[in-house]
Parts: sequence; C-alpha cells; structure tokens
Amino acid sequence: MISIKPLLAVLVSLLVVPILVSSRTPNVREAWTFVAASAKFLIVVSMVPAVLRGEQLVYTVAQVIPGAPIAFRVDPLGMLFALVASSLWIVTTAYSIGYMRGLGEHGQTRYFCFFAIALSSTIGVAFSANLLTLYLFYEILSLATYPLVTHHQDAEARVSGRKYLVYILGTSIGLVLPAMLICYHLSGTLAFSDQGFLAGTGPPQLMTILLFMFVFGFAKAAILPFHGWLPAAMVAPTPVSALLHAVAVVKVGVFSIVRVLTGVFGIELLSWLNLGTIVCVIASCTILIASLIALSQDNLKRLLAFSTIGQLSYIILGVGLLSPKGITGGVLHIAMHAFGKITLFFCAGAIFVATGKRNISEMVGIGRRMPVTMTAFFIGALSITGLPPAGGFLSKWYLVLGTLQADQIAMLVVLLVSSLLNAAYFMPIVYRAFFCPAETAMFENRVQEAPAFCVVPLVLTALISIILLFYPEPFFSLARLAAQGVTGG
Amino acid sequence: MSEIISSVVAHYNYWIYIALMMIGLYAVIGKKNLIKKIIGVNIFQTAIILFYVSIGAKKGATIPIIHHGPGGGHHETTASVIEASQYMNPLPHVLMLTAIVVAVATLGVALALAIKVYNQYGTLEEDEILSRIRIR
Amino acid sequence: MSSQYPGLLVIVPLLSALLISVAGWVNKRLCFPIAVVGLSVALYASIGLLLRVLAADPALDGGVVLYRLGGWDPPWGIAYYVDRLNALVLVVVSVSALLNLIATKNDVQESFSTKIGAFYTLYILLVTGLLGITVTGDAFNLYVLLEITALTGYGLIAMGESRAPLASLNYVYMGTIGACFYLLGIGYLYIITGSLNMVDIASILPGLYDSKVVLAAFVICMVGIWLKMGFFPLHAWLPNAYTYAPSAVSSLIAPLMTKVMIYVMIRLMLTVFTPEFTFSVLALKTSVVWLAVIAIVMGSILALGAPDVKKMLTYIIVAEVGYMVGGAWLGNRAGMTGSILHIANDALMTLCVFLAVGNVVYRMKGYGFDDLRGIFVKMPFTMIGFVAGAFSIIGVPPTCGFFSKWYLISGGIEAGHYGFVAALVFSSLISAVLFFKLIEVGYYGSGDAHHHHGTAPVSMAEAPISMVVPLLIVAGGLIAVGLYTGDIVTHIIDPVIAQTIMD
Repeated sequence: MISIKPLLAVLVSLLVVPILVSSRTPNVREAWTFVAASAKFLIVVSMVPAVLRGEQLVYTVAQVIPGAPIAFRVDPLGMLFALVASSLWIVTTAYSIGYMRGLGEHGQTRYFCFFAIALSSTIGVAFSANLLTLYLFYEILSLATYPLVTHHQDAEARVSGRKYLVYILGTSIGLVLPAMLICYHLSGTLAFSDQGFLAGTGPPQLMTILLFMFVFGFAKAAILPFHGWLPAAMVAPTPVSALLHAVAVVKVGVFSIVRVLTGVFGIELLSWLNLGTIVCVIASCTILIASLIALSQDNLKRLLAFSTIGQLSYIILGVGLLSPKGITGGVLHIAMHAFGKITLFFCAGAIFVATGKRNISEMVGIGRRMPVTMTAFFIGALSITGLPPAGGFLSKWYLVLGTLQADQIAMLVVLLVSSLLNAAYFMPIVYRAFFCPAETAMFENRVQEAPAFCVVPLVLTALISIILLFYPEPFFSLARLAAQGVTGG
Repeated sequence: MSEIISSVVAHYNYWIYIALMMIGLYAVIGKKNLIKKIIGVNIFQTAIILFYVSIGAKKGATIPIIHHGPGGGHHETTASVIEASQYMNPLPHVLMLTAIVVAVATLGVALALAIKVYNQYGTLEEDEILSRIRIR
Repeated sequence: MSSQYPGLLVIVPLLSALLISVAGWVNKRLCFPIAVVGLSVALYASIGLLLRVLAADPALDGGVVLYRLGGWDPPWGIAYYVDRLNALVLVVVSVSALLNLIATKNDVQESFSTKIGAFYTLYILLVTGLLGITVTGDAFNLYVLLEITALTGYGLIAMGESRAPLASLNYVYMGTIGACFYLLGIGYLYIITGSLNMVDIASILPGLYDSKVVLAAFVICMVGIWLKMGFFPLHAWLPNAYTYAPSAVSSLIAPLMTKVMIYVMIRLMLTVFTPEFTFSVLALKTSVVWLAVIAIVMGSILALGAPDVKKMLTYIIVAEVGYMVGGAWLGNRAGMTGSILHIANDALMTLCVFLAVGNVVYRMKGYGFDDLRGIFVKMPFTMIGFVAGAFSIIGVPPTCGFFSKWYLISGGIEAGHYGFVAALVFSSLISAVLFFKLIEVGYYGSGDAHHHHGTAPVSMAEAPISMVVPLLIVAGGLIAVGLYTGDIVTHIIDPVIAQTIMD
C-alpha cells in the first residue's frame, strides 16, 4: 500500500528546524519541539493498525540508483522501533527542558535542532526499505549527533567527539559502504525482503566476510571491539545520553544489524552457512565482557554505558539464535531495554541536576534525599536485569525460550550469567542508596528532588516499564509479527 | 643498421623537432632561471610548429595557388588537370599561424609575469626566490 | 533562434568580454551587468541545448545537434557538436560561472577596484574558452580554446596575493607544455587521417588501430591533457596556482578547469578513439587505473599535510582528478558513468567549498586554519554551505558526491580492480578527517570557554547576502542533484555511453 505517512513521519521533525532556529524565546522553541514530537508520534501511531493487519506501507522518494531507490517501507520490526523512538522523544523533550534549564546550558537552540534532526534520521532508519536508504539515514544520524555529543565544547568533549567520529564514520565508510556495494554487485538490488536477497549469489567465504563487515561496520551497535565510542560519548548532556545513547543511536546500530541479518542475508542463508552461531558468539563475548567492565565503574553514566553495550548484544544474540522465539525476544528487547535504560539515564541526570554528583561512591544514602528518583532507578534496574515486575522480564524470558528452541545451551548460560552480573552492578547502588547506615549517609535527611520537568518523565518511563510486563501491546504483537515474517513460521 | 640510418635521414624533420622539443623541455625542467625557462617553453612551442610545417611540405611541390592550371598563362593546354601531389598541403601551415599567435601571447604573458616576479623579489633565480619566500 | 544556440554560447560571452574591456575605460559600473548578461545568455543557451538534445531522438540523428560555424560543412569548416555529454558539461560550466560571478561581486569590487574592466574581461574570456572547449567538434579549435582559457587563467591567477605571479608563471610553463603535447598528438592524428574534425577522425580511424602513429597520437594527447588537469604526478603546478589566486578566481578555476579537461579526456576516449580502441586495442587500462590509485592516495595524503585551507582543498582536487581518470579508465559502464557524473558533481561541490572559503577570506582576511576559529558562530550560513560541500566531498548521502562515488566504486568492483575500490574508500576516510579537522577548529574555538554562563558572546559577522545566497543555492543544488541522480544517469549519461557501445 502506497502511503506518504512514512515520509511525513521522517520529515516532520526536520521541517520544524527552521522554526526552532528563528523562534524568539525558549518557550516558543520548546513548544514547537513538543508539537513536532507529538506530531511525529501521532503519525507513527496512525500507521500501527495497518501494520498489525499485516499490511506494508511503502513510499518511494527518489529513484537514485537502479534497484536501490530512496524509499520507505513500514513493517512490524521498523514500526516497533519507530514507536519506541518517537514516544520516548516526547518524554525526553520534557526532560531536556528541565535538565538544560536546570543547569543553564549554552547553545540550547542548537541542541534542540540537532535533536530534531537526529530523531528524523532515526525514524528514517526504522522505515527504510533498502540498504541504501538505511545507510543514508545512518550517516545523517552520525553527523547530527556530533554536535550533541560535543555539546560542552571543551577539551573533554573534543576528545570524545573525535573518538565518536573515528569509530562511527570510520566503520560506516570503511566497512558498511564497501559491503553494501558488494551486495549490490552480487544481487543488483538492495531492497530488504523477508527472505533476504543474498542467498545463492556468492561463495560462503564471501558471505562470512560480508557478515563481519556488516556486524562490525554498524559500530553504533557497540559490539566489542568497536564499543569505545559509547562510554566516551557520555560527556554529552544526560538527555542526549538517555535518548540517543540508550535508545536512538545505539538501537539504530542494532536495528541495522538485525535488518541486515534478516532482510539481506535471510534466516535461511544464515542457518545454512551456520553464520548465526558466529553472530551469537560475537554477541555473547560482548555481553560478558561489557558486564564485567560495568562492575568496576564508579561514574554512574559510564556504568550505564557499559550496561547498554551488554544489553544491545542481547538483541543481536536473540536474532543470531535464528529461532522464532529468540527473534521475538530480541526484537522485544529493543522496546523493553529502551524504557528501562532511559529511566536509569533520567535518574542519573536528575541526581546530577539536584546534587551535582556523578559518581556512585558519592551517592550513599541518596535514596532518602531523592526517594522518587531512586525508586524509579530501582524499577529501571529490575527491568534491565530481567526481573519481574518490570518489562525486561518478558523479553529475557523469550530470549531464554529462544535458546532452548535453538538448542544453544551455551547461550542460555551466557544469558543467566550476565543477568547475575547485571544484578551485581545495579543492586548495590540501590541498596546503598536506601539502606546505608545513617552515619555513612552523605546527604541530609531531607527530601529534595530535581525539577518537576526532570522527575515526571522518569516516573512516567518507570511506570511504563512496569506496565509493559502486564500489557506489552502493541510491542509484543509487532515483535511476534516481525519474527514470523522472517522465519516464515 | 643502414636501414636505421636511412630512416633517420629520411625523417630528419622529425628528429630535429624531437631534439628541439627535448632541449626546450630540459630548459623548462632543468634551468633555475625563470627567463631561461620561458625560452625553453618557447623552443618547445617552436619545435611543434616546425613539426607541423614540415608535415605539410613536400619535395618538388609548389605553393597551392592554382594559376589557371600548371604552367600558368592562358594557353589552352591539355595539362589543365590539377594534380594534388604537385602542391604543398597548406592546412598545417595555416594552423601554425594560429599557433604562432598563441605562442607569442604566451610569451607575452610569461614575460609580464616574470617582470612582476622580479619586482617582488629582485631576482629571477628560482632557488633565491624560494629561499626568500621561506624567510618571510 | 534555438538553432543558433551553440554559436550564441560562444559568441555572446566573447563579445561581452570585448564590451567589458571597453566599458572598463568608460564606466566601471557597467562591467558587472554586462558580464552577468553575457553569462546569462550562455546559461540560457546551454539549458536550451540540453533540452533540445534530451528531446532529440538518439536513433534518428544520434541525438546530436550539429552547428556549422560560418556555414561551412564539416570536415572542412569548424563544426560544433552537442550531444548529451557536453550539453551536461555546458550547463555545469555556465551555471557555476554565473553563480560565482554573482557571489564574488562584492569581493571583486573591493579587491580590484581599479582593474574591474580587466578582471571581468579575463573572467568572461575564460568562461568563453571553457564553453568553447566543451562545445567544439574540431580538434585544433579545441587547442586554440584551450590556450585562450589557459592564458586568461594565468592572468587571473596572477592578480592574487604576493606569491601569485610566481605560481602563475609555473603554471604557464606546465600549461603550455601540456597544450603543446596535445597539439603534437593532434598533429599525428592529422598525419594519419588528414582530418581535424573529431567525428571525421573517428570514422577514419577504425581501420588504422594497429598503426603506431595512432598509438603515439593517443598517448601524447593523453599526457598533454593529464598535465592540464593536474593528474598526479603531473600536478605540481596546481596547488600553488589555485591557492594563491584571488578567491573569486579560485572558485571559478578550481571547479571548472580540471573538470573540463576531464571532459576532453572522456571525449577523446569515447568519441575520437572509440572505447574499442581505448580499452581493447590498448593494453593501458589497468596501468592507468593504478596511476589513478596513486593520484587518489597521494592527493589525500598531501592534503593531510597542507598548511592552510585552500591548499588542502587543492590537494583534494588532485585526488578527485584521480577519481575521474580512474573511473573513466576502468573500462566499464559503471566506472564511466561515475566519472561523467563526478564531472558535474565535483564541479558543484568544489564550487561550494571554494565559495564558502571565499566568504571566509572576505571577512577574516585569511584562509589559515586559525582564521576558522569560532567561525560557526561568526558566519553560520557560510558554514552551512561549507559543511554541505564537505559532506559531499566525503560522500555522505544524499549529497551528490555519494552517488558518483557509488558508481565509481561499483565500477571498480565490477572490473575487479580492488586497488581502486580501496583507494576510494581510503580517500573518503581521509576527507572525513580533513573536514572534521576544520569543523573542529570552527566549532571549538569560539572563545567562550566559560560555557556554563548563558549564550556565547561572539558576534555574528556573516558575509553580505549577495555572497551567501549563491553559496546556499549551490549547497541546495548538491542535495537536489543527488536526489535526481537517477534521472541524470538514465537520461543523460546512459545514452552517451550507449552510443559508444561499452559493457
């Protein structure tokens, strides 16, 4: 079904940029950001029923290269991701206002503009119908997030910005671009299809090389050893870390890998060449190592970054299992992890706004000072660890079922060990925040939360995290549809 | 051996133009003085002009002006058939008129630039100029 | 009227150049309007030609517009042939020249207040030469126009800063020798075919492919043209000449001169010596592509070591020349498509970055890296243009640079020439480093280290609107051309290559 809605969903935040630049007062500017965010969300939501009915909305923008136009296609996988990103943008906008004003940051107009551009390209990636379109928005996202990462414009930001570009642009130009061209050369098309288009086009060795080029080339997924940019990017203001480095940017990386695995290679080819196992091994190494590194972190945002690195690979692991349940779990984890992790980042930011503290060792007893924030933090941590009553439990459950379905007991062990590790690095924070002895507490026994603009969003996302366990729609249906589509079952 | 010699002798015009070209090229690349380089460029251009002129020329042929047939005059003879081999090819020569104009223009521009360079640096030796640039 | 377009294209700018030189004595204010009118007519004619060629049926008359200069029939008279290939180049040349003319008006009037007549005369003559080179179908006529372009170029470059005359003089040496080589090659072609008309030569040559004279003619012509386009290692004159030229001249010459030479090369390869000779009879294909690889890699490395912005950009041009030569010599459809597409794209993106640098020079009075400090705050619109151009050179979609690079790389893969593929990827990475180095300088050096206290105090010092608007038009054009790549390839480039059979 041809529909212009995907294009509108992409463009709406881009069109608002000139208005943001020219608006006179911060209130007008932020009002427009809200308008754009809500409009985007509504457009995305309006497409949900059609996707649930099993229809695909397509729209071709320009015929640039034969077999590879700039085109959009909305399918369950893309829809799930777009839904997560666009809904969280609204929440993050509110949080940004609280955070940026609370700290009196400079260059706020620039900040909101690039945020809008970044969201446009995120949705673009979600809805892209072929590899070329995906690459296009992937690159725009890389470039649009640079000013956000380096927002503080100081020496530290400069170093991190460089690292960010080297990893992200270096891999995308150096690995993805050639890989994409080889694919095009092999098959003459780049359009994603449920069965993939590479089957039977080249020798197995070449397929393996291509797989490596894609998996490591999408460095936004922060697979070891291309993860170094993510902790470095934590110098950005917290809303950026929250939405972009827990949801939009990193998930774009993961989403791209998932898309390539399912839509370019195809599950059949992967299982025939036994490439799924390779993917699983790469992912599980990342999961374990990242979790171990996270244990030793004191800076809260860095800890969250390493936790993110590990969690992202869950998604890839799920798809690498090549079993319907595994894929459902992996795809569902995109949503579950997003809500859980953004809550955690919001909490880290709220703590920084309210107390100026960044390190975990300085947060002993903070639960008494900021009870709401720390309760939300607890819920987020539960979700990430995969414990009820938070939504993370559901996706992990499906991942575990997936390992059983695929007979990958080693992967099951990896999942369980890493869950233990997750608990090991999150729970002490929560414990010390609430239950430390009174004499070691670093804060006065007086409730003082961050501004409402900061607190409301994090409460909201924490609540959603819980609700998602009991009512995981439409994410669950979308994930299941996506898994059914690619496995044909 | 003798074949080579005879072919060299038969095509002496080519060898002369190549020699001139090489002299010009050497002057442009090897000489440090800007004016000598300009002279080199000019020799190079002249070599090409010589090449063109020589390919239009023929032994025993005359200028390509048809004066009522060969032999001239108004005699109504049978020899009024025009044989192209009796005339030189005028086209390369005419082309070279343009090329000469271009060469002169190039020389003019080059000399003008040389004067400007001289006024600036007080010398036309390339290495001296470069050392002066470096000092600045 | 429309049948006279090819003539108008050259005659009108030529006459307006003469008029300007007179006007320079009478009233200096008249020079600029005359120049604008002259180039506008040229632009109108070239767009008209493009439309006519597009409308023409390739099956009927080869889709070629033939124009007999002075009414003489070819091969005796000079004929202008316009097919889709040179119609495209004509439009690119006239658009760039006109936009640059308008964009640099303020700059020229301030820098050359006493020599406006001379400046615009040379400017328009240069453009006339470029248009003539593109439109002509006569090999010797091409030489004359080549020299007109070069001579005016020498003059314009020498009007720059203190080191310009020396740079220009070095350019004179190399440029003249390049043109002479070309002339010599044409001489050999004339010896063996007895013709100077390109189409005529092409029809005579096929029986003579084994001849050593043809081979010599081809190689000598190529060397001459490579010298003229600054193909590594024959590039030594290029960086200095383009750097020290006045910014209004840099932004004219840098985008157009090398690109028109690439056009001449492709014209010789495709039309005069058919692809069959170029790629099948000659065993040069792979070696030339390797030369191009070296050009790309060295151009990129030299750009890394460049001491200032303009020098850096000129070395990028050296690398870009490698792109186009390599693409054309890959000997397959994708490579040639990429090369032709890159003529248009590279002209636009080079114009874009040089115009932006011109604006910076206009305000900051310098083009060192330090002059860019805090430039994003001072000249935001100029920098939007610059960043767009930079992204296009890096090859970020959807700017046009990405798509020509796409075709070039896929040509490399198709030909199995992975050295070329690797060189292109390498050069993209290096360009990313280069431009982010600049962007970093502009982004961090705003002087407001105390960033937690309100908005930055650095005031805006944007270039005048007449300089910014053309720049932004070009920047928008980069994206527009990128999105219309499909149409350009199917309607303009494909038929050109189809005519000359190549697969």
